[in-house]
Amino acid sequence: MDAAEQLNRLRWRCTRRAMLEMDILLGGFLERRYASLTPEQADAFVVLADMEDLELWPLITGKRECDNPLQAQVVAMLRDVRIK
Amino acid sequence: MSALTIPIRKFDAVIVGAGGAGLRAAIQLSEAGLKTAVLSKVFPTRSHTVAAQGGVSASLGNSEEDHWHWHMYDTVKGSDWLGDQDAIEYMCRKAPEAVVELEHFGMPFDRTDEGKIYQRPFGGHMSNFGEKPVRRACAAADRTGHAMLHALYQRNVRANTQFFVEWMALDLIRNAQGQILGVIALEMETGQVVAFHAKATIIATGGAGRIYHSSTNAFINTGDGLGMAARAGIALEDMEFWQFHPTGVAGAGVLITEGVRGEGGILRNSDNERFMERYAPNAKDLASRDVVSRAMVTEINEGRGCGPHKDFVLLDITHLDPATIMKRLPGIRDISIQFAGIDPIKAPIPVVPTCHYMMGGIPTNYHGQVVNADGSVVAGFYAAGEAACASVHGANRLGTNSLLDLLVFGKASGDSVVDAVKKNGAAHQDLPADFAERTLSRLDRLNTQKGGASVDETRLAMQRTMQKHCGVFRFKDMLVEGVAKICEIEQAVHATEIGDKSQTWNTARVEALELDNLIEVAKSTMVSAEARRESRGAHVRDDAPDTPAHPNGRDDEAWLKHSLWHREGSTLSYKPVVLTPLSVETIALKTRAY
Repeated sequence: MDAAEQLNRLRWRCTRRAMLEMDILLGGFLERRYASLTPEQADAFVVLADMEDLELWPLITGKRECDNPLQAQVVAMLRDVRIK
Repeated sequence: MSALTIPIRKFDAVIVGAGGAGLRAAIQLSEAGLKTAVLSKVFPTRSHTVAAQGGVSASLGNSEEDHWHWHMYDTVKGSDWLGDQDAIEYMCRKAPEAVVELEHFGMPFDRTDEGKIYQRPFGGHMSNFGEKPVRRACAAADRTGHAMLHALYQRNVRANTQFFVEWMALDLIRNAQGQILGVIALEMETGQVVAFHAKATIIATGGAGRIYHSSTNAFINTGDGLGMAARAGIALEDMEFWQFHPTGVAGAGVLITEGVRGEGGILRNSDNERFMERYAPNAKDLASRDVVSRAMVTEINEGRGCGPHKDFVLLDITHLDPATIMKRLPGIRDISIQFAGIDPIKAPIPVVPTCHYMMGGIPTNYHGQVVNADGSVVAGFYAAGEAACASVHGANRLGTNSLLDLLVFGKASGDSVVDAVKKNGAAHQDLPADFAERTLSRLDRLNTQKGGASVDETRLAMQRTMQKHCGVFRFKDMLVEGVAKICEIEQAVHATEIGDKSQTWNTARVEALELDNLIEVAKSTMVSAEARRESRGAHVRDDAPDTPAHPNGRDDEAWLKHSLWHREGSTLSYKPVVLTPLSVETIALKTRAY
């Protein structure tokens, strides 16, 4: 799979979530921030996007701690994605 | 590609959709030894059933006396008497068994100190035929839908159900005799189109709330099964009935729970007025969902909305003690910060009435068999869950009956398939020579379209039109205009153009195909709503007001009937509501009042 195909797959997995909240957050992040991530941050984002919504939401709201500092960085950026 | 080159895979049964209904149906099939394929656009536990938090209702009577007949009464009343009483009796009688079965599948229900399933009160759940509230909702904390999906998925893994994940079903295969022989589907990873040739097909694709601009539904809810059915010549039932929630975050749709108003939240217009005092002097902001939604829309329509476009109102909790907000409404604070960009401790939340649930769908009987307009069964075709219309929700759904619906009718449709496959024997019906023609020409059109409309812009135009012309409060002229506008948008949908023509993970193509389905749902909704000249349940028209002759604007003489929208020619026909239950007396017509 080439890079464009991988990005399309990631787009599908970010915008067809169980919950609307996550469609908006992950889809918005992919559109606005993903391209500027370092390769390490991009990998951390893919791990986050693979989580189920009810695992990911507590990380975003700070109810649960992230597994590692890189993940915490990306979660902080996710939190900054505003819909407006 | 021609029909001759499409790979054909044979199964006893194919299920489209792996949410609660599809997974529940699949258990029946796989455990009966049928070779079963389940197609899903996403991994099963990412289905939108996850978002159902409230619970599932069953008259277990674990906390206090309860009876299925009382549950039935509440459901009929909630439906504003448009629900079919045979299907409603069936569902309410089966509810305790459905919940206990789920428990045996490993569902971690909340429990009482004695170890029984804990039950909590919920709006509209009453004992003794509407007398007083009863505790009937069974839940797993606020993750009921999530826990349910996991339990059902695990059971399917044990039963060897075969999943096709990240596949999108495109069309039903139907022969000249009207029998359904499977589906044609697209594998997203390869772009390959494959025919799933089956003795039975179950549609369990959930809702289609994305037809509206403001919707609590996840992006996945594009009504794929309804589009497929409509294109195959199956009429869609009661599509004018959509449940709206009064408080979705403006611009995002994310739900703000009723609990916010319960804790003292106040709705305000652009004059900072607490407008609910005018509409419901006693209950004020705690009036029922439909009353609050209509008041909000009236304020917006009369120019007292907020923001640059005056298109939302404000939900204010700034007068509450921040400690109370942090303690009682922490989730709401998170959501407001994330999706409205405001901290509700400091500023009010912009909200609008937001589409939440589709009561209509593919017409079925209470066995989960799809039925024609004349009541005859469509051979080989079944539907369950939000995609289906049994009809148990009628003109409005009772809270917690959505999860019950998918359990009971998921199982019923599965059982019907098992019976039919056993009875009809081992052979598959032959596929007609042109079985894939229509699908392939649709794909071909997308690949070659030049100078067409953008998918995003066309979808947005449809969503705005639905919101403005066919929202929570409906007006005759707006509906008439809405039908014309939707027909115009439909033309654009049939001429969408995509830039990406690649095969692998072409999400642009998939989104264009989803829009093909959304427009069928949108058009059926608008046309059915324009035609129904009464107010009933969730369908409320300005020109059908509350009068002594027609309380709440309901006109049983003219409109106690189900709408059936036929795609061919966009025409409507009607069929009677089943008022005769299976074993008890009819629940007689009455004015719906809470």
